[in-house]
Amino acid sequence: MKDENRFSRRDVGKIVVGGVAATYAGALGYPVVRYLASPPGMDEGSDVNEVTLDAPDAYERGSGILFRFGRKPAMLLRRPDGAFAAFFASCKHLGCTVQYQEQQDRIFCACHGGVYDPSTGRNVSGPPPRPLDPLEVDATGAKVVVRRPRSAGNEAG
Amino acid sequence: MSEEPRYSLPGVETQKGFVPAVVRYLDSRIGLAGFLSVLRKKEVPVHKHAVWYYVGGITLFFFVMQLLTGFLLLVYYQPTAPHESVQAIVSQVEFGWLVRSVHSWSANLMVVSAFVHMFSVFFMRAYHGKRDLLWYSGILLLMLAFGLGFTGYALPGDEVAYFATKVGLDVAASTPGVGSTIANLLRGGEDITTTTFQRLFALHAAVLPVLFMPILFLHLWLVQRHGNHVPEDLKPESIKQVPFFPTFFLNELIVWLLCLNLLTVLAAIFPWELGAAADPLKPAPLGIHPEWYYMAQFQLLKLMPSEIGPVPGELVGMGLFTAAAGAWALVPLFDRTAKRARRVLYGGFAALTGLIVLTIWGYLAI
Repeated sequence: MKDENRFSRRDVGKIVVGGVAATYAGALGYPVVRYLASPPGMDEGSDVNEVTLDAPDAYERGSGILFRFGRKPAMLLRRPDGAFAAFFASCKHLGCTVQYQEQQDRIFCACHGGVYDPSTGRNVSGPPPRPLDPLEVDATGAKVVVRRPRSAGNEAG
Repeated sequence: MSEEPRYSLPGVETQKGFVPAVVRYLDSRIGLAGFLSVLRKKEVPVHKHAVWYYVGGITLFFFVMQLLTGFLLLVYYQPTAPHESVQAIVSQVEFGWLVRSVHSWSANLMVVSAFVHMFSVFFMRAYHGKRDLLWYSGILLLMLAFGLGFTGYALPGDEVAYFATKVGLDVAASTPGVGSTIANLLRGGEDITTTTFQRLFALHAAVLPVLFMPILFLHLWLVQRHGNHVPEDLKPESIKQVPFFPTFFLNELIVWLLCLNLLTVLAAIFPWELGAAADPLKPAPLGIHPEWYYMAQFQLLKLMPSEIGPVPGELVGMGLFTAAAGAWALVPLFDRTAKRARRVLYGGFAALTGLIVLTIWGYLAI
């Protein structure tokens, strides 16, 4: 039987010690990782799918405001033609909150100079790689209602 | 130390590979070879009392556990919302109850092992002669550990924490002269408020640990410098020595693993409780009492009449305790001759008996 000598006593000892050490590392490491990964209140606001804002008339044409969509910043714009548009307001470059600049009629990110189209959210110039994540606006009722798009794409941003 | 071999790891000077290269690098920068040769030459005596040599290391182990679990609690604890944040840690954060339970259990086990360490050092007279600084630094560490225990006990902001803190600070305030000033500085005013929690938290998580560490390193370095003390009633020539590394070190590692197992089992089976949020308008709960390591003082204070002659009884009790603790701390100064050593030994037995009796009495009188 050639196999008898495949593992020496020393090898077995090493495997046992290594196995025990790995078990301890796992038994200590797992709770620590779970502990750090579950801050209290982490789920608050992450299940928000709809936010009700003011009456449509409260928003001037050619203006844009920031509001809270769950825990994320979002932007509601009223275009000069009276139409509404809404986006998550985190820049697709590195996540700074963008702003609407009335003078230039553009969405601008002050961190690295990214520019987005205020009607479509398309990235126009600067470093942003993608358009802003869109939100659906319903301005037909008494209040403006902003919803997470049904076909949820990558809007979680 | 003049004719040392340059490298204590044989062949490292010429060997190829990563580890020898790292050893050579570190040696040329920080003199690693000297450190390693000290470790290799270090020996630990083996005799019938040698089991006590492990207790200091056990205390160190529990202190390290305090640091690690303390770092974790620091991630979520909020001194501005003490009870709410601890409640969130134990009920919402995954394994938060376990982390907090380990921190509380380890704190208590650390004080236990520190006491055992101190009394074993005392009764083996290991504080004697040039080892006096080991004793003094150990006493300082114990006092800091008591401070860490007191401040840490307050932080959850539940009922027992509130009254323990109130009583503790009122006792401090009754010290003649500076007492009330110190208590007010700790409280941040006359009453226990959010400011108090912020201050106790700063002491517990920053000031006291930062004071603790250098004294701990001095303590450990002095152990290296003076070696393990061998009790005088043993004949030195008959004592066997074992190498510190690996023999003693591996034994200590096994002891630490046993401590880790004990600690986690205790913490998991008996999770530390969090009482109701403190409410100053509620009366102190019946049977309220401090942690066991303050029990002897607590009982002594309860035994004192309200006045002894012109002096408040509380002050007499505190004075007695402070005098006894001071004499205990300065024992290397008294113990200089064989005759005195015997008296000190009897004094030590009396002190230990007194502490145990008062503690048990305290628990029976709850």
